[in-house]
Amino acid sequence: MPQTLKACTSPPDPMAPRMTPVTRFIRESEDVFTLDLAPERATPFAPGQFNMLYAFGVGEIPISISGDSQAPERLTHTIRAVGPVSAALGRLKAGGRVGLRGPFGVGWPVDAYKGFDVVLIAGGIGLAPLRPVIYWLLRHRAAYGRIGVLYGARAPDDLIFRSELEAWRRTPDFQLRVAVERAGPDWTGDVGYVTPLLSKLRFDPRDAVAMICGPEVMIRATALALEDAGVADSRIFVSMERNMKCAIGHCGHCQFGPLFVCKDGPVHSYDRVRNLLAYREL
Amino acid sequence: MGAGKALIGADKIQRRPIYFDLHDKGVGQERMAAQVDGAMATVTVEGLQALLQAIQARGYRAFGPTLQNQAIVYDDIDSIDDLPRGWTDEQDGGRYRLLRRADEALFGYSVGPQSWKKYLHAPKLRLWTAERHGEDVSVAPEASPSDRLAFIGVRACEIRAIEIQDRALVGDLYVDPHYKALRERALIVAVNCGQAGNTCFCASMHAGPQAKQGFDIALTELLDGGEHVFLVEAASDEGRALLAQIPHRAASNREIETAEAVIERTASSMGRKMRSDDLNELLMSNLEHPRWDEVATRCLTCANCTMVCPTCFCTSVEDVSDLAGERAERWRRWDSCFTMDFSYIHGGSVRASAKSRYRQWMTHKLATWIDQFGSSGCVGCGRCITWCPVGIDITEEVRAIRGCDASAEEPR
Repeated sequence: MPQTLKACTSPPDPMAPRMTPVTRFIRESEDVFTLDLAPERATPFAPGQFNMLYAFGVGEIPISISGDSQAPERLTHTIRAVGPVSAALGRLKAGGRVGLRGPFGVGWPVDAYKGFDVVLIAGGIGLAPLRPVIYWLLRHRAAYGRIGVLYGARAPDDLIFRSELEAWRRTPDFQLRVAVERAGPDWTGDVGYVTPLLSKLRFDPRDAVAMICGPEVMIRATALALEDAGVADSRIFVSMERNMKCAIGHCGHCQFGPLFVCKDGPVHSYDRVRNLLAYREL
Repeated sequence: MGAGKALIGADKIQRRPIYFDLHDKGVGQERMAAQVDGAMATVTVEGLQALLQAIQARGYRAFGPTLQNQAIVYDDIDSIDDLPRGWTDEQDGGRYRLLRRADEALFGYSVGPQSWKKYLHAPKLRLWTAERHGEDVSVAPEASPSDRLAFIGVRACEIRAIEIQDRALVGDLYVDPHYKALRERALIVAVNCGQAGNTCFCASMHAGPQAKQGFDIALTELLDGGEHVFLVEAASDEGRALLAQIPHRAASNREIETAEAVIERTASSMGRKMRSDDLNELLMSNLEHPRWDEVATRCLTCANCTMVCPTCFCTSVEDVSDLAGERAERWRRWDSCFTMDFSYIHGGSVRASAKSRYRQWMTHKLATWIDQFGSSGCVGCGRCITWCPVGIDITEEVRAIRGCDASAEEPR
């Protein structure tokens, strides 16, 4: 076996999880919850990266980190209970244990776009992988231009991070628009999809970077709207979701054309994925 | 993965460099150097038995082709009497039959349904075991194997296939420790093919029929002229040490020329061919070609092609636990892009239609593999053609998308 076959940073057993204590459980909405984990050794992560979380005896799923990348001693994940593993994770309480592998993948390019206006567009649970970007921007507020966040959810009850939404709404120089598809009588915000709200944000398209996370149909619609507004496709970033079993480029499940979503993504620049997104069932 | 890598913006990513060139030095310098020596030896059938014994004496567990269930499959071999002496095969789309040969050739057939990946990249493997102690859970990873495997009768296309799996499982960001442990210790005794099967197209993929690298010892079986001998090329220290232990003599020029002629004859009699220099562009610019719909009417999405393919590496994981909920295991098993589960995310499968799943397999194998790993994922072994229950022929599918018939295609 040639020496050149050696990889750079591979741990001795990249598929073995480290059992990690849960320090806090937060109910965000009926089917969404947040787990704080206290890893034995804080591993730096970048906004947009993900971990593989294992529920004992049930299975393992990829979950984006939703916490502050500058406080990696607390690993925060916000999860929607949609399958057996996420439901099992949702039954954990503080003191429980979660198997942890990661962090994996390529995150949002926050460092590369200092000085730019930043537009974040989130749909549903898609706000979770973007929250580390918001934390980053707020910590480095002076390094960026205008900041605008669009967040869409199905209904007011589905909104997550509600107290933070209120705090961000009161933050100076921070534009936040929240839209729901189905509003009740108490709702005073926007109704409908987030895409039309883009025109309500103040930003310079020629000098802006956009980051989108949400259902693929929303990604396509908002990316198109951003391009129409004049944002270059190379400065639009999208986070992709695919089936993943390993997160290390070996299981093959997350392939998207030439890309492995686990290691080439999950964040991709739109110019690299636009053509692929155009095909059904790719 | 460290954060340093992740902090690179997605717009800054470049394709990672190819760690090694599969064509030039996929085997390591020491093996290449030996080839330069060019020392060719000749051994008899008895000499081959002595070679097998020497391999076993050095602590290797030897595997080779055997006759089982009316097919030639890889299994443990104790002596060369376990090899399918005097047998050959007849292959076509969806068809495999064994036939008697007129001679006593030990390697007078093409590749069977199995490839060596069943040893290096096990179909089913326990990755770790977890045990609960109150709130605490301990995880014990499966130890890497220490077995020394010797593969006897590895064809050139299969060596290429192993190198392709090396790139995916050891030569990328992360290393599969189980694969690596077996691969590093494996001894490869190659056999240059004396005949091409009807579904073979290794020459089109520049993967055979002659093993040019990646082996410890290469054999060419010579049956012409009434004599049954093997031309032997030792290409590693281990290979040379083994050769030194067994009765052999220097090969004559006539034997060397005969071996070359055998290989040339094989190369020129491939049962299939496929133009392969432009497949990435061809397939990726034809993702909506009507042929995908057409092939989907025949494809059973049975996954046979992916199971027999020597380079397909996809796996899934399964969790099992005991009834008390005290102990759990994670198992890895081969998976296939032809299953619905493969692409399932909450809400449904990304690739629900047969069309999309066949397209994923073929475009990955022939096109996007090149973007990902710097080479095609196809070695032209023909297994996917032979073992497709409905005889779908990857070379024919490429021709259909190219829009030409067999006669119009450029050779190789």
